[in-house]
Amino acid sequence: MGQPFSKYEVGDFYDEMFQAPGEARPHYRMLLERFNEMVDGEIERKQDLATGTFLNQGITFTVYSDNQGTERIMPFDLLPRIIPHQEWEHIERGLVQRIQALNLFLHDIYHDQRIIKEGIIPEDVIKSGKHFRPEFMGFDVPKDIYIHICGSDLIRDREGNYLVLEDNGRCPSGVSYVLENRQVMKRVFPKLFRRHKVRPVDHYGQELVNLLRYVAPPRCEDADAPTAVLLTPGIFNSAYFEHSFLARSMGIEIVVGQDLVVKDDVVYMKTTKGLKRVDVIYRRIDDDFLDPTVFRKDSVLGVPGIVNAYRKGNVNLANAIGTGIADDKVTYYFVPKMIKFYLGEEPILPNVETYLTMFEEDRKYVLDHIPELVIKSANESGGYGMLIGPHATKEEHEKFRQAIIKDPRNYIGQPVISLSRCPSYCDGQIEGRHIDLRPYILSGEKITIIPGGLTRVAMRKGSLVVNSSQGGGSKDTWVIDDE
Amino acid sequence: MLSRVADSLYWLARYIERAENNARILDVNLQVTLDDESAGDSDGKLEWEPILASLEDQKLFHSLYAVTNAETVCEFVTFAKENPNSIRSCVAGARENARTVREYISSEMWERINSLYLWLNSATARQLFASSAIDFFRHVVDYSHQFHGTTNATLTHGEGWNFLQIGKYLERADSTSRILDLKYHILLPSGEKVGGNVDTVQWQAVLKSCSAFEAYRKLHIGPVAPWSVAEFIILHDSFPRSIRFCAEGLDASLHRISGSPRTHFATDAERLSGKLCSDLNYATIADIFKMGLHQYLDAIQLRLIEISSALLKEYCEWLDPSDESEQTQSQSQS
Repeated sequence: MGQPFSKYEVGDFYDEMFQAPGEARPHYRMLLERFNEMVDGEIERKQDLATGTFLNQGITFTVYSDNQGTERIMPFDLLPRIIPHQEWEHIERGLVQRIQALNLFLHDIYHDQRIIKEGIIPEDVIKSGKHFRPEFMGFDVPKDIYIHICGSDLIRDREGNYLVLEDNGRCPSGVSYVLENRQVMKRVFPKLFRRHKVRPVDHYGQELVNLLRYVAPPRCEDADAPTAVLLTPGIFNSAYFEHSFLARSMGIEIVVGQDLVVKDDVVYMKTTKGLKRVDVIYRRIDDDFLDPTVFRKDSVLGVPGIVNAYRKGNVNLANAIGTGIADDKVTYYFVPKMIKFYLGEEPILPNVETYLTMFEEDRKYVLDHIPELVIKSANESGGYGMLIGPHATKEEHEKFRQAIIKDPRNYIGQPVISLSRCPSYCDGQIEGRHIDLRPYILSGEKITIIPGGLTRVAMRKGSLVVNSSQGGGSKDTWVIDDE
Repeated sequence: MLSRVADSLYWLARYIERAENNARILDVNLQVTLDDESAGDSDGKLEWEPILASLEDQKLFHSLYAVTNAETVCEFVTFAKENPNSIRSCVAGARENARTVREYISSEMWERINSLYLWLNSATARQLFASSAIDFFRHVVDYSHQFHGTTNATLTHGEGWNFLQIGKYLERADSTSRILDLKYHILLPSGEKVGGNVDTVQWQAVLKSCSAFEAYRKLHIGPVAPWSVAEFIILHDSFPRSIRFCAEGLDASLHRISGSPRTHFATDAERLSGKLCSDLNYATIADIFKMGLHQYLDAIQLRLIEISSALLKEYCEWLDPSDESEQTQSQSQS
């Protein structure tokens, strides 16, 4: 194709690669040269090689609405997203600050609730939070860490400023794609890698297992080598590939609920040599499904008695029970205030401007401007329960209007942000597509963030929805040492 | 290791082996019918019914197909989704089990199984099946060999590897006995004599189904005699598909798992497999024919089932088969 970028349109967005038509940003220039050198058909061949690799390795996910339950590969985009060193440092500082505040908030909310008493957050926000667990008031978690693994979604506005769109403090998924995308890119573009100094990501498994061991309960049997396992809902879960991938890279067992049993408030796994005690569980099951004797009675994914074992301090769970109150989209509104309250600092990464429909003034504004806003329900994820005003029909506007009036606590409104665009190879040519960034933040002995994270791409032209369940794809994310 | 993982590895190996053996049986029967001069005269029922008898799938087959011929039987044993023992179903079963133990097996093992699965469901496989079924079946057998080779070369020979060996040898002993028994179900066309041309071709086919023809030839020159074929396939001590060899492999892996010496038993499964080994070690082909080959093979199959149940009871007793509903419940993650 000779000059693959010759027809590229920058458009009225922040473009990650081009500062003006035909003029690449400095950190993208080598990439541009490489693509301009490509011979006819080379991009297609590389794309096929990448897709084939994913398929053969079984790197797939399942879509729920699809009755077939078919496995699909997440569309992979060949063009990497490049983040210069300085930009990454800024992001990293902002994320560290944010996770510190969130963990302090969770400790506070399950103990003294100073933040309510001092009038920073209305009591009602917490009390009515779907994922607040009053049963755990006064409960101490090992090392006071609640969110061990956090995935915060970042977007860039028209000026290129990084904003936090939401925090995922329960079971954020997608990190396996960060690692697999990197493997595939190394295979497909070995020379490019040598030329850029791309910071590695493959120590994630090691960092994660270190973290799990660090938060083992104090009364664990063998403090030097606590037994950690990964609890998965099973092979029919859409993220099963990731669960097994992570267990493999950590060298720990992956278990389903029926592999575990609780006796005298101690959790054991059933092995061929009898019962073996478990100290830490990286659970990829939501609170609701964890223990049928405590939460949802119909859950067959969980382990009866596990919550009592946790309460007694015989086992630890990552993430802790009750972290969902921190990634409630209404709580999100208050995170910048939390940062000031707990840390006495200004937020480094701002939130997206947000209206809380529980506040009368905001509600009025939102109801008057639905067609221009993004409306989100407070506790849905994966791109469900969301309305993008300008892209929706009148009926959909009306549906959300009624829903807001009925339950103002559970909705927020945000202006439509024109997410930044990055060149993507789709339908045989290179075009701009909207992207976001989900870095993975690990809170253990120290806070660790693997450089970059998952860049999700809205593969459909013009779409702003990047979720994999909604047809989004991903691309490799390079944090480069360009100092 | 987790009981569930042990269980999955065991079944994974069994399914792969079953797929391979189905491919072998069909391959050889196709070749035999090509050799058979009388085949053109009949509608194929005579040649293909015994396959179904030996796989014990007759009932299901007749509920799905009106006629018995090469086409319907090959379709049923290869692709039919309704047939839980078809090659495709077996490979799907192997892959499902492999997925649940993906973190345990090596990536290379997974890729072998996954690419066999993807290939079987592709148009390429269908085309090959239509244009050259014999090549198609060889391809399946090759994949299975690659899987075993990859397993030996990439997986630690520890507990899990032993569960894989047990699955493989149990299934192989079972199918070897079925292949041999196949001859029992094949009727000689009228006018043909025992020991005649057709009879010899059929016994040769039995050997070929087990990849045993060349090995057999190295021991026996001259006409293929029924008793020597049966002796070779049941009692040979080092041919890797003989029943005795499989029983030895099975017994050795059982003892490696428990750590008890081969001369003793620590579990019921070991007691049963030890007894089977010893019977096979001391049996003569004359004893077997005296009892009746078919009866003898039937008894072997029952003993293999007993060993399998004893094994699962010992190591995977936690598993409750009624818990399967869990697999359909799903939840979303952000």
